[in-house]
Amino acid sequence: MLLIKCPWCGERDAHEFSYGGEAHITRPENPDKLSDEQWADYLFMQKNAMGPFLERWVHAHGCRRWFNVRRDTVTHEITAVYKMGDRPPERTA
Amino acid sequence: MSQQRNRLATGGRIDRTRPLSFSFNGKHFEGYAGDTLASALIANGVRLVGRSFKYHRPRGLLTAGSEEPNALVQLGTDAASEPNQRATQVELFDGLEAVSQNCWPSVGLDVGAVNNTLSRILPAGFYYKTFMWPKSFWKYYEHVIRKAAGMGRAPESPDPDCYDKMHDHCDVLVVGAGPAGLAAALAAGRAGARVLLADEQSALGGGLLGRRAEIDAAPAAEWIAKSISALQAMPEVQLLCRSTVAGYYDHNYLTIAQRLREGSDPGRRCDKPRQRLWKVRAKQVVLATGAHERPMIFRHNDLPGIMLASAAQCYINRYAAKPGDIAVIFTNNDSAYEAALDLAEAGVTVVAVVDVRTAAESPAQAAVRSRGIEVLYRHAVVAASGRRRVSAAKVMALDDSGESVSGAARTIRCDFLCMSGGWSPAVHLFSQSRGKPSYDASKACFVPGQSVQAERSAGAARGSFALAECLTEGHEAGVAAAAAAGFQRPGRPAKPPVAAKVDEAPLQPFWLVPAAPPGAPLNKHFVDVQNDVTAADIALAAREGYRSVEHLKRYTTTGMGTDQGKTSNINALAILGQTLGADISAVGTTTFRPPYTPLTFGTIVGRDIGALADPVRMTPIHSWHVANGASFEDVGQWKRPWYYPRPGESIQDAVNRECLATRQAIAILDASTLGKIDIQGPDTAEFLNRVYTNGWKKLEIGRCRYGVMCGEDGMVFDDGVTTRLGEHHYWMTTTSGNAARVLAWLEEWLQTEWPELKVYCNSMTEHWATVGIAGPFARQLLSELTDDIELDPKAFPFMTYRAGTVAGIAARVFRISFTGESSFEINVPARYDLALWNTLMTAGEQYGITPIGTESMHVLRAEKGFFIAGQDTDGTVTPLDLGMDWIVSKQKDFLGKRSLARPDMLREDRKQLVGLLPVDPQEVLPEGGQIVTDMDQKPPMNMIGHVTSSYYSVNLKRSIALALVRGGHKRHGETVYVPLENKVIAANVSEPRFYDPEGKRMHA
Amino acid sequence: MKKGLKKYSLFSLVRNALSYHQHWQEAWRSPEPKKAYDIVIIGAGGHGLATAYYLAKEHGITNVVVLEKGWLGGGNTGRNTTIIRSNYLWDESAHLYEHSLKLFEGLSQELNFNIMFSQRGVINLSHNLHDLRELSRRVNANRLNGIDSEILTTEQVKALVPIINTSPRSRYPVLGASLQRRGGVARHDAVAWGFARGADARGVDIIQNCEVTGIRRNGAKVEGVETSRGFIKANKVGVVTAGHSSVLAAMAGLRLPIQSYPLQALVSEPIKPVLHTVVMSSTVHVYVSQSDRGELVIGAGMDAFQSYAQRGSFAVIEHQTGALLELFPIFSRLRMMRQWGGIVDVSPDASPIVSKTPIKGLYLNCGWGTGGFKATPGSGWVFAYTIARDQPHRLNEPFNLERFTTGRLIDEHGAAAVAH
Repeated sequence: MLLIKCPWCGERDAHEFSYGGEAHITRPENPDKLSDEQWADYLFMQKNAMGPFLERWVHAHGCRRWFNVRRDTVTHEITAVYKMGDRPPERTA
Repeated sequence: MSQQRNRLATGGRIDRTRPLSFSFNGKHFEGYAGDTLASALIANGVRLVGRSFKYHRPRGLLTAGSEEPNALVQLGTDAASEPNQRATQVELFDGLEAVSQNCWPSVGLDVGAVNNTLSRILPAGFYYKTFMWPKSFWKYYEHVIRKAAGMGRAPESPDPDCYDKMHDHCDVLVVGAGPAGLAAALAAGRAGARVLLADEQSALGGGLLGRRAEIDAAPAAEWIAKSISALQAMPEVQLLCRSTVAGYYDHNYLTIAQRLREGSDPGRRCDKPRQRLWKVRAKQVVLATGAHERPMIFRHNDLPGIMLASAAQCYINRYAAKPGDIAVIFTNNDSAYEAALDLAEAGVTVVAVVDVRTAAESPAQAAVRSRGIEVLYRHAVVAASGRRRVSAAKVMALDDSGESVSGAARTIRCDFLCMSGGWSPAVHLFSQSRGKPSYDASKACFVPGQSVQAERSAGAARGSFALAECLTEGHEAGVAAAAAAGFQRPGRPAKPPVAAKVDEAPLQPFWLVPAAPPGAPLNKHFVDVQNDVTAADIALAAREGYRSVEHLKRYTTTGMGTDQGKTSNINALAILGQTLGADISAVGTTTFRPPYTPLTFGTIVGRDIGALADPVRMTPIHSWHVANGASFEDVGQWKRPWYYPRPGESIQDAVNRECLATRQAIAILDASTLGKIDIQGPDTAEFLNRVYTNGWKKLEIGRCRYGVMCGEDGMVFDDGVTTRLGEHHYWMTTTSGNAARVLAWLEEWLQTEWPELKVYCNSMTEHWATVGIAGPFARQLLSELTDDIELDPKAFPFMTYRAGTVAGIAARVFRISFTGESSFEINVPARYDLALWNTLMTAGEQYGITPIGTESMHVLRAEKGFFIAGQDTDGTVTPLDLGMDWIVSKQKDFLGKRSLARPDMLREDRKQLVGLLPVDPQEVLPEGGQIVTDMDQKPPMNMIGHVTSSYYSVNLKRSIALALVRGGHKRHGETVYVPLENKVIAANVSEPRFYDPEGKRMHA
Repeated sequence: MKKGLKKYSLFSLVRNALSYHQHWQEAWRSPEPKKAYDIVIIGAGGHGLATAYYLAKEHGITNVVVLEKGWLGGGNTGRNTTIIRSNYLWDESAHLYEHSLKLFEGLSQELNFNIMFSQRGVINLSHNLHDLRELSRRVNANRLNGIDSEILTTEQVKALVPIINTSPRSRYPVLGASLQRRGGVARHDAVAWGFARGADARGVDIIQNCEVTGIRRNGAKVEGVETSRGFIKANKVGVVTAGHSSVLAAMAGLRLPIQSYPLQALVSEPIKPVLHTVVMSSTVHVYVSQSDRGELVIGAGMDAFQSYAQRGSFAVIEHQTGALLELFPIFSRLRMMRQWGGIVDVSPDASPIVSKTPIKGLYLNCGWGTGGFKATPGSGWVFAYTIARDQPHRLNEPFNLERFTTGRLIDEHGAAAVAH
């Protein structure tokens, strides 16, 4: 059970949250202008990184706010939590 | 009643004033409070406890703790019966009943033992090499093999007991209450930390309970007692015994299985749960989990009466139960000498200590020798003999290399044999925490490597076996853990408890007693006694290429028993290393998986069973439905009335009656389960415009509009009616099953993609209740209950909304229709729902008001050709496939629009929604029936679609269906076939609108 | 079977017993990797080994190496709950899995290795009206596809599985079920070992403890792979690495429509057999059978978040054990012996990708998600065909990578059939 620090509510068990997958996939401005390949890339293609991964969570059973997390997909260590729209914080060694 | 003939007259931590009677294999015995089943059996001279898994060899007790591989019993009877209980962990209680497992007709005379005779042709993995001919015969072979499967038996009826859960947070969780754990808890507690100390045994003290030792210049028992009272005096310290830390998960989340009582309490009394699962989030963890002694691997080392030296010592010291009268001890280290002294002290004749090492001057060895016990240095027990119990040890001299034996064999008579092959730290939880154990060659064991989570190991758990070290390390770990959690003891640091340092001669790794004579098979040198894996099996696996430790484990099944190899894994690895000529550190370990010891399923579930397994959601008028005989359907977590049968009515009778009433009188429907989302904010119209496929910018206040939502893949996701209540205020409805999902979907887009939109969503599903009335007399009925809503169709047209008072209740009334009749959906605050319903039922009586369930609603909407998301769509259907081009805007973008332009979406042979009219109007197609055009094909047949909804429509006096059919929009008029198991139903493809296609009735 | 390989038989067991089993030969060699091969297969799981086996057997291509980062069969092959069935909804899936099931039916004899394929029947339970409709849809489709499948009433379920709770008051009442009698379970390790032995005997090199660290390409063409044991040249490279597919694809510069999740599983202590059929409920995510050792083998759901951690987690099994006990109340006093996780590669439509890629000579076999074991021989068979001929077999043609662009998905999700 992960311990996730909601930017608004603090540390809570993971079961209070829902997962939103890879972060920073931005919806294209003008989908009609995209080729099928470009649209498929937006729709389906994933980094699916092994190691540090930027992802989205929502505090579904709490404040219902979305936010971003940097989590290692192997160790599950969470090294950053930041708000929607923000850039990921610089990594510290 | 038998005498406790092996019970010592004095000593032990048993209460001789509290005798307890119990039965084992039908025979009655007596023990004392404080006994385990194992110690009571030893006290009564019972040696043969069970049979092994594969060869059904007779087995006794190997250990005194939770690592026991052999002594598994079936405990209790009937519904309260439990298989595979380790006798070493079962606390004795009055009336306990236990029987041996895996034997028939009895543990003494076991027919399955024939496998032992055949063992020569049943080596590791034999089943992979045979039972393949003839081809179809595996099921017969398997039938026989399955008869031999398993160990204990499952109970035959549901569990009469109940279980419980507890969530806890602590600063320091100390696992294990031996010397290191107690010292750690004391140190952390004194620093002010909130400490949870958990230990699997029935009493705190760990390994000290089985030893004679001194701490702070007093007997260890006194120190334990003092420590416990000191800990109990600390308000933030919690002590849990009978509590096994079972799992160590991410972010310092651990589970603890606490046994609250033995036996069963047949009343399923939930104030007295049997076990409790603790789910603990610990800031810091101290692992003081101790170590497991390893057996020596020699021929027939599995005979009853052969046990670990520490176990014999524990039975004597803790339970005052003597495993026998004449002992031989076989060791490669000094710890067994302490056992030898304790045995001798208790009156056991220790005839010899057989030590694979050369003589060394250690105090323990000297003490043994000075007691006149013969020590045979550079010797090994090469074999044990005896039937059903050990009667002698065959001892030979080791040559210099230690790899063979020579000289004359000496047979030493004994009635039990104690062995110690060194100690393996219990690194299980450390390994579960993702730590990698590393091999310490000097101690011949794996010790915890670098910590990954906020934990530290102390004492024997990290390879520091001496008592003095355990105490100091435990103390230091407690201080450090508290400090890391933010607690420092003010003033001078506390002193750790002290034990005398004892010099020990070093252990000599000794993994496998050489064959005697050299070259003889090692097929009775047991490594994993539960699964009957021998040294020969390990060599065979290596020879055949199964050289990875995981291959070894899986091929031979070593370490895969209920003990998960606690006493056998390291020996197996070492023997594999020897066979391969590789260092054990290069061989590595298998991964330790949770739980540490088996965890009862009931405990995992706790109280979340039966009605509490999953929430049940009920509308405010559920009680009325129950009282009026409704039959219910599960829709997600909701209970919805399915139909309301009257006495003697079949479901079809009831549905026919309900459907007729709707079209001829009035139907009343509990629609409260529909999702309701209150949406406010100046950008709401823009937002709806993006999430729905149609346009929303021009919807006037007071008007309703139907909308379809797609995922970004263009597939229909949900539908419903949204109403503009005010300038910036909208009311969205969703399908019952998707209410939560739609809200989450809206919020996700608002927060993550369109934060600039000022739009705010709130779920109102349970705040507002909805009652629908539909039918020719609906308006008339409503007019009798409201005087502030003008009901004339011109004043209150279809697809509009009015606020007002209905039956004296402030209400929102929507003129929308799912049945195709003139209808009103009346929304009131949920607490008034039942009052509204009752008023409508009373006032509607004269019009023949009839409650209808979901089944009738489905029939009625199918008559109209309205689809149900999730029934007529399945995540592969676009709005265009549904023939709803009219609702898909060409002007604006919306979620999923781009996907509708992908090549596959433009194919003419996509599956499209059509109506089906069976050629025989009395024949109802089965939902899920597959559709073909050509009956003259053999499987695989070319299926062009399937029936999604199908009913008998009493209003149309015929059967109707909806279907998704390939290129269906162009097939209207075609005849298709639905082949079933015993017949074929022909049907004509039609428009999916069967009743009042112009919609006059709902507009009326 | 190739010359030189000693056959397994009861006779050989007895003969070897006389010499205390000192003379069994290696099931597979541990050769040094050569500098170049015709084909490199990355991943010695069941699918990769089967691919190599069928390359040799069906296509006569034996200059093949299978590279494995750890030990062969150590990924999802050795971590799944071993359920085999072919009763899939969509034609494309049904044909592929049925091909696989047919290969399983003769596999022990073909490989001369008893994989203990036990066709004890697979039951899929329905707990509500929606389930029943989907069940009927699937059973009808199966029947017309020539796949054995039948509908059971609640009473028939109870007759086959007497220990199941069929009370209408159950939180998850059993309203009906489907049964595929030819479905069942097999010994998962044995499938990997059998294919490894068979491939090795035909000349395929299996290199364990050899991690691929890079895929070398020349423009749009593959040249070989960098490994922890040096560069290996090959014009054709097949990637069969399940949960790690994205990592390998990234080495070739590709992004995939794949997300990796841990799938949770557990076993109970062994008990005397009480459950002779495989019972699945995709509604409540319970998948249970009893092995020939007596353990209840229980599949649970996936963790809620993407991960490459092959660890057991507690939240998933905590919830699903509740459903398990509701269905099987007599399991309450039994005990979980071991839990673990495997990393499954989930595609957007819950269907596999067995396909050529935009890079010439690079082939991809992934996306099997939670249900890959049952496809092992079929997957290897079609993938071998695809690599050998540089074109897909008709069975895997629909499972191409382009479908995510065209939209022609094979949506087993939508059909609510969780692919265990």
